[in-house]
Amino acid sequence: MTNFPSESRRRFFKDLGYVSIGFTLFSSCLGEEDQIMAERVPYNDTLPGSMRRENHVNAWLQVLEDGNIRVLSGKVELGQGIRIAIRQVAAEELDMDLDKVEIHLAETGVTPNEGYTGASASIQNSAMSVRYAAATARMELLELASKKLDIKVDELLLYNGRVKVRGSNKYLTFPEILEGVQLEREITTPIQLKKKTEYRYVGKAIPRPDIEKMVQAEATYIQDLRFPDMVHARVVRPTGYESKLVQINASGLKAEVSGVLKIVVLGSFVGVIAQREYQAIKAEKHLKKHTQWTTVAPFPETENLFTRIKKIANKPETIRNEGDFETETIHTQIIKSTYTKPYLMHGSMGPACAIAMFNGEVLQVWSHSQGIYPLRDALASMLEMDLDKIHIISVPGAGCYGHSTADDAATDAALLAIEYPKRHVRVQWSRHDEQSWDPYGPAMIIDLAASLDRNGRINSWKSEVWTDSHSTRPNSDAGTILAARYLEKPFQMKSRGFLAGGHRNADPYYRIPHLMLKAHYYDGPLRVSSLRSLGSFANIFAVESFMDELAEKAGKDPLEFRLEHLDDDRGIAVIKKVMELTASLKSKDGEGIGFAFMRYKNTDAYAAVAAHVSVDKENGKVRVLKLWAAVDVGEVINLDGIINQTEGGMIQAASWTLKEQVTFNPHEVTSTDWITYPILRHSEIPEVEVAIIDRPNEPVSGAGEVPMPPTSAAIANAVYRACGTRVYDLPIRIHKK
Amino acid sequence: MPNYNLNINNIQKSVDTDTDTPLLYVLRDYLELNGPKFGCGLAQCGSCMVLINGRATTTCMLPVSSIGQSKITTLEGLTGTTGKLHAVQEAFVKEQAAQCGYCLNGMVMAAVGLLNKNPSPNELEIKKALELNLCRCGAHSRIVRAVKIAANSFK
Repeated sequence: MTNFPSESRRRFFKDLGYVSIGFTLFSSCLGEEDQIMAERVPYNDTLPGSMRRENHVNAWLQVLEDGNIRVLSGKVELGQGIRIAIRQVAAEELDMDLDKVEIHLAETGVTPNEGYTGASASIQNSAMSVRYAAATARMELLELASKKLDIKVDELLLYNGRVKVRGSNKYLTFPEILEGVQLEREITTPIQLKKKTEYRYVGKAIPRPDIEKMVQAEATYIQDLRFPDMVHARVVRPTGYESKLVQINASGLKAEVSGVLKIVVLGSFVGVIAQREYQAIKAEKHLKKHTQWTTVAPFPETENLFTRIKKIANKPETIRNEGDFETETIHTQIIKSTYTKPYLMHGSMGPACAIAMFNGEVLQVWSHSQGIYPLRDALASMLEMDLDKIHIISVPGAGCYGHSTADDAATDAALLAIEYPKRHVRVQWSRHDEQSWDPYGPAMIIDLAASLDRNGRINSWKSEVWTDSHSTRPNSDAGTILAARYLEKPFQMKSRGFLAGGHRNADPYYRIPHLMLKAHYYDGPLRVSSLRSLGSFANIFAVESFMDELAEKAGKDPLEFRLEHLDDDRGIAVIKKVMELTASLKSKDGEGIGFAFMRYKNTDAYAAVAAHVSVDKENGKVRVLKLWAAVDVGEVINLDGIINQTEGGMIQAASWTLKEQVTFNPHEVTSTDWITYPILRHSEIPEVEVAIIDRPNEPVSGAGEVPMPPTSAAIANAVYRACGTRVYDLPIRIHKK
Repeated sequence: MPNYNLNINNIQKSVDTDTDTPLLYVLRDYLELNGPKFGCGLAQCGSCMVLINGRATTTCMLPVSSIGQSKITTLEGLTGTTGKLHAVQEAFVKEQAAQCGYCLNGMVMAAVGLLNKNPSPNELEIKKALELNLCRCGAHSRIVRAVKIAANSFK
């Protein structure tokens, strides 16, 4: 992994070392029968957002010297299995064996700029761009071969990396057709796509090859990257968000810790570089004791958090207003409930890590960032460097579930590498820093109000949401990357106050004549950003808990009540599927079954979740026994990928719902390890069962975030059934008298 | 700097390091092994597990000076010299028992440690043996299933 990839795409092509053949040489395959080719159908619909920046075949796909295909994606691998899904799509369109298609993930100057890997959008953007690029590549290869051979396209067959003349032994391989040039056609509709009924890879549960490497301890993660002469660094973080360095006394450091190479102080950014990793850890500990920081204004305490949020919040924005909620609710009984969700952390198993090397001109950074191009913008702005002097290579990290600390570790490494040039500087965050400097998923409040008509149907509904920002991801504002805020000339983040994502799914997907959605932004005490499913988690917890409350008021079965308000067949189908999965289940005393439904973002995938829980009569302890999900993400690319994401998402959401809450006192975050921020352990893990409804003719949508929101409400509704206590605040705490 | 001779995956390895260096850093930083992972440094998550004389043990707080001639097996050492995977490794692949896979090292080592003591554990015993090992992706149900399959393959 020590080969430096080249700086520009043009250079990259050259490096592939094509051999120019110069004359056409027929290869022949004696006695091979013609393969029956899958039918193609024209695609005339829209092209994905990722293709706005890159709409030529060679941005997404290249033919290698050996005839294999390299697919380029601007997305990163986070354990979601994106690599195999994209390979499946490419191999399918090109009728190639899967092992002849490799994938190169996000690298600046090499792969397309696809922004961030998030919002469950990689399949719709990256995989679909690759599908259209591969299908266009197929057409281009056939036409080039046709010209070269002076044989009509109709007489040619393209499969397994070559174009064969129908009924003959003659063929040309892809490199023979291309003679050292790349496929440069613009991808425009109509595109001839393989007929879906003829798929051999797409829709199947193809195993992930990376798991086989993981079990054999092959280098997989950024933490496993090693370079000759690499040095190890740690950052001594301030005592609080706003603390400034007053004094540092490093005079005793070298006597106490061996191997220290350099101490870097840039304003209030303090780093230490050592020969060995454990020396860097000891040096950080020593410096922590020998630095003095300014004390800053205290946080409000956790207990007063929600009162304070309402006090400091901005006036609401009206996001949606249909019908006339205000007039409709003057003379009717209004049902009201308030729900809250605390700050939650990403809690990656592997704290952030990054490596950087500055050769005096170009800065190379290896990062598990979710968005290497936006990170490059932020670093360029902080360092006042040209974009083309910064080269970022994506390397998988541990699962991060949203915008976590990866970009911050990359920033640390970049700053330290510039101060210690010509060596690879590796920065590894501690568990303590990972948890106390995380940009958490924000605390939220959701006030809901509704009225029923005389038939017990919802007539009017109002959602009012209080939320901090759900995206403070890196961009050209250097204040978005942590260390930039502590430099001599600190960058303050300008891009705060963003409401998007906060009110996601706060407006129900049900048929309601009078519907109003308002959202308040508040600037809360803790650092925040995107956590898997953003505001939807809290909003669906509220909306779907409230649906059960309204069903009870209407005297109806909660699922029948939902079905009465749904017009969408796909929504109805997931609910019916989950009803079917749980039909034979009987609850014992002290147990309950609860349900919830969601269409993610009200435009994407559908999910219905059921939860079977028990509540201990003595101590109120809630145990989730089993979770079921019925999910419809449209066309399935990798079946097991979706099942795996759904199983894992339900378990993670159960952990959020039952156990998790970032705690802090007036001075600091106190959830700094796995004891002070417990998550579900094996003995508490529910059984999980997933049913996927494949809709090959519907557009694809992502699966990663989909199971999170309905799981919380399903559990809360099951708790109500089990013990009669309605849950309004997460995590669930049942207080026994 | 003191010198330590360690028995790692049946090979004697010599390392010069401070006495307080935890075994994890010796394995990763000095011996360039990838199996054991840094997760917390507090023995709370299990990512850094290896087998010490056949028992699954966290290494992030275990000073190298306390190891002596104990037999250390890392994830790398589970694969036979012929490249044949251990039954637990095989079962993790078969069950696709990972998402990001960062916890996988600890899960596999804890499972092998369990099967060394108890070749036919029930589900409860498996969960108990893996209780220290955290997974954030929620791959638990696949992991437990993989351990069951591995145990069955011994029968």
